[in-house]
Amino acid sequence: MAVLEISDLKKTYNEESDFPVHAVNDVNFIIEKGEFTAIVGPSGSGKSTLLNLMGGLDHPSAGKVVIDGKDISELRDNQLIDFRLHHIGFVFQSFNLIPVLTAKENVSFVMVLQKTPKEERENRAISLLTEVGLEDRLDSRPSELSGGQQQRVAIARALASRPAFVLADEPTANLDSKSASNLLDIMLKLNQEEHMTFIFSTHDSRVIERARRVITLVDGKIVSDKKQDVT
Amino acid sequence: MLTRIAWRNVWRNKVRSLILLCSIALGVWAGIFMLSFSWGMSIQYVNLAIKGQISHIQMHQPEFKQDRKITYTIDDAPGRIQEINSLPGVRASCGRIIISGMISSPTSGAGASISGIDPDQENMVTGMATNVIQGEYFESKKKNQILIGEKLANKLNVKLNNKVVLTFQDIDSHITAAAFRVAGIYKTSNSSTDELNVFVKHAALSPLLGLEEGSVHEIAILLIEGAEMAPIYASLKAKYPALLVEDWKALAPELRLVVDSFRMNMVVFMGIILLALTFGIINTMLMAVLERFHELGVLMAIGMNKFSVFMMIMLETLYLAIIGGICGLLLAYGTIQILGRTGIDLSAFAKGLSAYGMDTLVYPALQNNQYLEIFIMIFIAAILSAIYPAYKALKLNPVQAIRKI
Repeated sequence: MAVLEISDLKKTYNEESDFPVHAVNDVNFIIEKGEFTAIVGPSGSGKSTLLNLMGGLDHPSAGKVVIDGKDISELRDNQLIDFRLHHIGFVFQSFNLIPVLTAKENVSFVMVLQKTPKEERENRAISLLTEVGLEDRLDSRPSELSGGQQQRVAIARALASRPAFVLADEPTANLDSKSASNLLDIMLKLNQEEHMTFIFSTHDSRVIERARRVITLVDGKIVSDKKQDVT
Repeated sequence: MLTRIAWRNVWRNKVRSLILLCSIALGVWAGIFMLSFSWGMSIQYVNLAIKGQISHIQMHQPEFKQDRKITYTIDDAPGRIQEINSLPGVRASCGRIIISGMISSPTSGAGASISGIDPDQENMVTGMATNVIQGEYFESKKKNQILIGEKLANKLNVKLNNKVVLTFQDIDSHITAAAFRVAGIYKTSNSSTDELNVFVKHAALSPLLGLEEGSVHEIAILLIEGAEMAPIYASLKAKYPALLVEDWKALAPELRLVVDSFRMNMVVFMGIILLALTFGIINTMLMAVLERFHELGVLMAIGMNKFSVFMMIMLETLYLAIIGGICGLLLAYGTIQILGRTGIDLSAFAKGLSAYGMDTLVYPALQNNQYLEIFIMIFIAAILSAIYPAYKALKLNPVQAIRKI
């Protein structure tokens, strides 16, 4: 079952000028439920723009982004925010947790926005933080956690809304190798055991090695789209 | 959760928030204290004028107010005063003969307003006896005693027991003169009236003028403190339809202006202070929003809608402004309570203040409804100062804010 369909997607900056920049150019692919996909490519290849378009953070110049059967390119700003809340989980490169909230509150926050009943969101937040190995840091604020721990809270937060897929932008970029490996183990466990779909951009060869599908972008175009066996 | 995040955000930068809170509190405190000082001074001025001079209500023949002829008298004053004193809410009333004339000493002369009074009645209404600083207040049975103000005594170069001559017209327009001995010298907080008004006994002045016994030009009525004036005023008007009954607001429109214009002054004065504070709050909150642009972008990326972001910034600003405002209000309330009891001594400016009929000890005061009105103004200023930073956050584009996911 497809959770994400990208068809003829284009994003052009400075369209009116003599030198338009085609950041994403005629991109087509489908992501099925349960995939663990890496989007790779050199700097300036359009990875971030593509992730922004897939996450409904930016509007395409042309083409469609269909998530769970809904074409999000037609949605207005407030509708997009609501759509993101219920369908997409985000993990950012620099963690981006809310500094004034504890780990448990950070995970609960998305569910508060979804108006989930208090007891249910408390239980789910504790359960998700336990899954990422932070059951003993529920009441710690981000400043009291290491980078790896913060990124694990970010993953728990991304999963809290029960999204169709999780978009992660270079999730291991700011982590040491041990924390990065630990984080990947958690993401793979969630992917295998709960069939959570992960799409992430990365430069990290250790991450690319463990992805089951690798989409390579160069100058805004897909130059390769390979599935690979992971041991 | 939104209120919790907003509250914790306020304390993310404790020093900045505390500086802002202090500046709001001090601004509000200074504004309210200045208002209470001004209100205290105004109320004292009005009360002094009412208790010492004009009383709450006065009655005259209607023509007397336009043309101060001696013949426009109220007859049977003792009977009427007795009637008036029996009305509920009336503390005391007194009758006065009021004429204009000349007062002369061996060395000098001056124009004067001569009041013929019943000393006991007058003292009940204006407390005149307490103003006597030399001599006595008509205590001896001697004939033709006069009480004059200190300023006038100095001007005429007369002392206690000196003789002065009063010259005035009698009822038949004949010039009449009579010698009076200075029995007492008084001093009130209003040096202008001290220079103009002299007092003699009604019984001494009445025959000189040729007036019937018991005739007066003016009946002044003092009410019990806190008594409502309107019903007493209405009842006097109904009881004496032929007389002109006026309350202090009609008798002294300048006093009414002092009271009535205070509210407008309060709004303008506090408005200016709050406007200045509003810009301070906007500046600080804008700084707080701009340095959290990235974070706000993330919140919108993960699904916090624009209304919630707007409300969160509004709440943060409101917390700061309202806490600062309440601290300022409490600080001002405490200051007013203390200084309202001890008073502020302005005796260094006694001469200038007494020329305007003001006391040198000022008791700051503010009514409860005025505190409420100021709080409402602070609340409105808080909302106004919250709008722009919140609007700025609202215009945020998450992609630009977080650059990339």
